[in-house]
Amino acid sequence: MSENYTALYEQHKKAGASFTDFGGWQMPLKYESELAEHHAVRKSAGLFDLSHMGEIWVSGPDAAAFLDYALVGKLSAVAVGKAKYSLICNADGGIIDDLISYRRPSPEDGVDKYLVVPNAGNAQVVAAALLERAAGFDVVVEDASAETSLIAVQGPNAEAILLALVPTEQHALVTDLKYYAAVEVSINGQDRLLARTGYTGEDGFEIYLPNVDAAGLWEALLEVGEGHGLIPAGLAARDSLRLEAGMPLYGNELSRHGNAYAAGLGPVVSLAKESDFIGREALTAIKAAGVGSTLGQKLVGLKGIGRRAARAHYSVLKDGSLIGEVTSGQPSPTLGYPIALAYVDVEHSEPGTIVEVDLRGKAEPFEVVALPFYKRQK
Amino acid sequence: MSKVVAELKYSAEHEWVAVAGDGPVGIGISAVAADALGDIVYVDLPEVGSTVTAGETCGEVESTKSVSDLYSPVTGEVTEINDAVVTDPALINNDPYGAGWLFKVAATEEGPLMSAEEYAATNGGEL
Repeated sequence: MSENYTALYEQHKKAGASFTDFGGWQMPLKYESELAEHHAVRKSAGLFDLSHMGEIWVSGPDAAAFLDYALVGKLSAVAVGKAKYSLICNADGGIIDDLISYRRPSPEDGVDKYLVVPNAGNAQVVAAALLERAAGFDVVVEDASAETSLIAVQGPNAEAILLALVPTEQHALVTDLKYYAAVEVSINGQDRLLARTGYTGEDGFEIYLPNVDAAGLWEALLEVGEGHGLIPAGLAARDSLRLEAGMPLYGNELSRHGNAYAAGLGPVVSLAKESDFIGREALTAIKAAGVGSTLGQKLVGLKGIGRRAARAHYSVLKDGSLIGEVTSGQPSPTLGYPIALAYVDVEHSEPGTIVEVDLRGKAEPFEVVALPFYKRQK
Repeated sequence: MSKVVAELKYSAEHEWVAVAGDGPVGIGISAVAADALGDIVYVDLPEVGSTVTAGETCGEVESTKSVSDLYSPVTGEVTEINDAVVTDPALINNDPYGAGWLFKVAATEEGPLMSAEEYAATNGGEL
């Protein structure tokens, strides 16, 4: 696997990061303490380098119709300035990736424009799939992943930190920005695409910008964020935060061998949209068969009754029989007990059900609970 | 770089052993191991009065990211465990050679142990 470095690699090194390979990228796993970073995001704010994520621009007269065909959601129904979580699936319903698409203002009459953001490890595959699916549509698909950086500020103090770098006359653009929406704002003296999105379960922002400007913005954010408790946070904290928020991670909960209905993402699939889309036939059949509700397995939350945590790939048992497998799990820093996501047979998926997880040879009790594990107070 | 204390001996599984005369030996995990594990949130120690065997598992250390078996570096009876680390496992990260010690054993036999220099050389620690 190739080794990619983000434009912020030197900043991470200087801050004492330990690195890990993620989707072919050398990314900061943690700086000093992943627990401190996790708590900072819950209580004040954390700064994340997400430049490993992909950025694919889709524009043209057919952009909306094309994404309706290429993705499972109805992207044509997304208003300009808003964002939508969706999936790109194979014809068999298997998930190629989960992604966020932002609808941007029309660059000219009759032309629509979207920014599609896939996961790091899938960026090239998604770009290739979109290009292939674009045949017959009047649309331009442009993979800007290599030259685009992405910096996130997440946590209750994120807005205050960001406002310190935004001119006063544009403050309302930020404070009025809704969750899953994006706007062009001047940040640290330059116009940037600012999105109110994240993967932590907290309020927060994501800023898209050219690589060449990434280090300047990173340092400016750390400087204005100091009085607001902002610290850089690595992928370890990002993983524990998203798990508490009950958000799936591609490769753990989502894969080509799984499907939206088992993953609890049925509502993301728009079978109601008029146009055809890749995966429609298979997903219609999967839903009709009752997968995820009366048939097969379903993704559930598990809460540890003891103190030991379940980890990915551990077996889930009921009365000694295998009923599923853990996909992600660890002690929850915020809640103080072990949490996990697992696929279990639907008949054991009801919240309140007590199951066991084989923790290296010893079966320990876990309770099926509703997701998310953690929800912030608004 | 993670610290390695010169006065201690070390097992290949990253436990340190402090020999104090004829008394029970103190055991903990090295800073190299604590740093690699990340923030430790749970520790399972052998019971006082139980017998541990050099090279065999006798508990586990769990961090937010991973879990790792605890191997006893010596054979003998456990005479004392550090209740403070059970309550506050972060002590192991903060002070692995001091307040973060794990348990003491009246050792009858030692497993293969390395000097601090050997351990640091094989595991990238700093003396």
